Amino acid sequence: MNMLKVTNLKVSYGGIEALKGISFDVEQGQIVTLIGANGAGKSTTLRAISGLVKPASGSINFMGQDITNLNPQRIVSTGISLVPEGRRVFVNLTVKENLKIGAYLRQDKDEIEETIQDIYRRFPRLKEREWQLAGTLSGGEQQMLAVGRAMMARPKLMMMDEPSLGLAPLVVKDIFSIIRDLKSEGITILLIEQNANAALRCADFGLVLETGRITLTGTGESLLNNEQVKEAYLGAD
Amino acid sequence: MKQKRKITPGAVATAVIVIAIYAAVFISEQFLPPTSMLFTVLKKGATYALVAVSMNLLNGFTGLFSLGQAGFMLIGAYTYAVLTIPVSQRAAVYQYYDGGIIQFALPVIPAIILAGLLAALCALLIGLPVLRLKSDYLAIATLGFAEIMRSIFQWDKLGPLTNGSNMLRLFPTFNDFNIKNADGEVVVYLSTLIPFLISGVCILIIVLLIRSTYGRAFIAIRDDEVAAEAMGINLAHHKRSAFCISSFFAGVGGAMLAMYMNSVQAKSFTSAMTYEILLIVVIGGIGSVTGSCLSSFLFVACSEWWLRFLDQKQVIGGWEVPLLRNGFRLVVFSIIIMIVVLFFRKGIMGDKELWDLFNRKKKKEGAQG
Repeated sequence: MNMLKVTNLKVSYGGIEALKGISFDVEQGQIVTLIGANGAGKSTTLRAISGLVKPASGSINFMGQDITNLNPQRIVSTGISLVPEGRRVFVNLTVKENLKIGAYLRQDKDEIEETIQDIYRRFPRLKEREWQLAGTLSGGEQQMLAVGRAMMARPKLMMMDEPSLGLAPLVVKDIFSIIRDLKSEGITILLIEQNANAALRCADFGLVLETGRITLTGTGESLLNNEQVKEAYLGAD
Repeated sequence: MKQKRKITPGAVATAVIVIAIYAAVFISEQFLPPTSMLFTVLKKGATYALVAVSMNLLNGFTGLFSLGQAGFMLIGAYTYAVLTIPVSQRAAVYQYYDGGIIQFALPVIPAIILAGLLAALCALLIGLPVLRLKSDYLAIATLGFAEIMRSIFQWDKLGPLTNGSNMLRLFPTFNDFNIKNADGEVVVYLSTLIPFLISGVCILIIVLLIRSTYGRAFIAIRDDEVAAEAMGINLAHHKRSAFCISSFFAGVGGAMLAMYMNSVQAKSFTSAMTYEILLIVVIGGIGSVTGSCLSSFLFVACSEWWLRFLDQKQVIGGWEVPLLRNGFRLVVFSIIIMIVVLFFRKGIMGDKELWDLFNRKKKKEGAQG
């Protein structure tokens, strides 16, 4: 089943077209990754889906509902969470307060504490740092917190913008294993990565974005073995 | 699973200190002469503390740099004064306007609340266009608003309501709270405790707000607008509500300032007043409520009392200290401020609260034991 259906999406920033009409589907329960160079329009795609920028034209459909022109609050409550680029945790709030902000739109206030405990079980490091200000965490811990915060909204689709950016190689490995765990729990993931190699390895499906257009699509494996992709994004060997 | 609110040792210690201060204020008021400078400082300090905390809520916690505080205080002060002047005194106050158009008087507490509400309403109206602006532009727009208010309230055509550029007076002040016996002698002094009570209640409300889910959203907006929006926080709504809440308490602070000064005149609500409050917020620590309270008393004490001697000739053992003359106080004051800004850039408290200090100490002791 297509969970997310993006059709002919165009976004411009002050006259410059960042997305020149892209169409793709995200199937439920899969990891779909968008790869591409800087400025290809990867982040813009996520920002448009989460309602942070208004598309110039095209449509975005999520679980049968047209969300193209909804505001970010409504989109979060339909079940789409964003883990923004560069983690963007709230540095002056504690770890726990950050998590609570993630549940800001949830109505079932009594069950929030339960979700927090779930997240602590998954990331014991966050439990240890519960009362610490998020600004004092390491990069990897902040990324865990950003993922945990997005999970607080109990999303059906989680969009991650460069989760491995600026992290040590060992931590990057952790992050990708977290992404696989989320998938095994039934959360659909739309992933943007500079680290195309790791992203395609864990993705079911991949899309290559070049200056606002999708130029190549295929399963993660087929793109990994594609000569063009190898040359442009994986480094020729 | 219900969430349990933990009462931290810091909260207990803070509560004890606050109660002790209130008790000390009450007791000293009964025994020291009421003309002592101490009480002037305490009354004005309590008033400024509330306004500073309200400014901190907006500038420190929500990250909206607004300089409209004096304007909202002006609205609050006038609302309070206009609504509480006893009907029998109106002819004397509004002598150039045939006693004015309002011919009723409200009790003090409803008038104070209305003062806050009217300030909040004005904030709501000007917030619609102004809150689209960011940082410096917002500051300039709100500063302009305050200046416009100052002129409007002095406008002759509004005289029957605002008494034009003449002062409003004869409304209930802090001194009217003193309990007197039949002969008119004061039995129990309450004139300093009352501003402490009003400020205390308002600041407590602000603290509870900041620590609620709703208030955490303000801090989230300050830390990262984009991430906050991605979490589903409605930026426009929260900015507007922070602006209105802050203005409400600035309005209440304005009403208190009117009670402190015994008279109200629009021309005294200058932008310099906003800067004084901004200074208090910066010295106390942006993002610290207790810091704002502490620094407001320090600031008022220095400007009104402790540094007064610098304005007069001082002779020490036959030697006349040079430079001391009228106005020198302000020079010294400016130097102190420069030192604070240069060497204590985060203010007295930084972004810590009084209770954080106790909690941390407790943790350290725990680590040693």
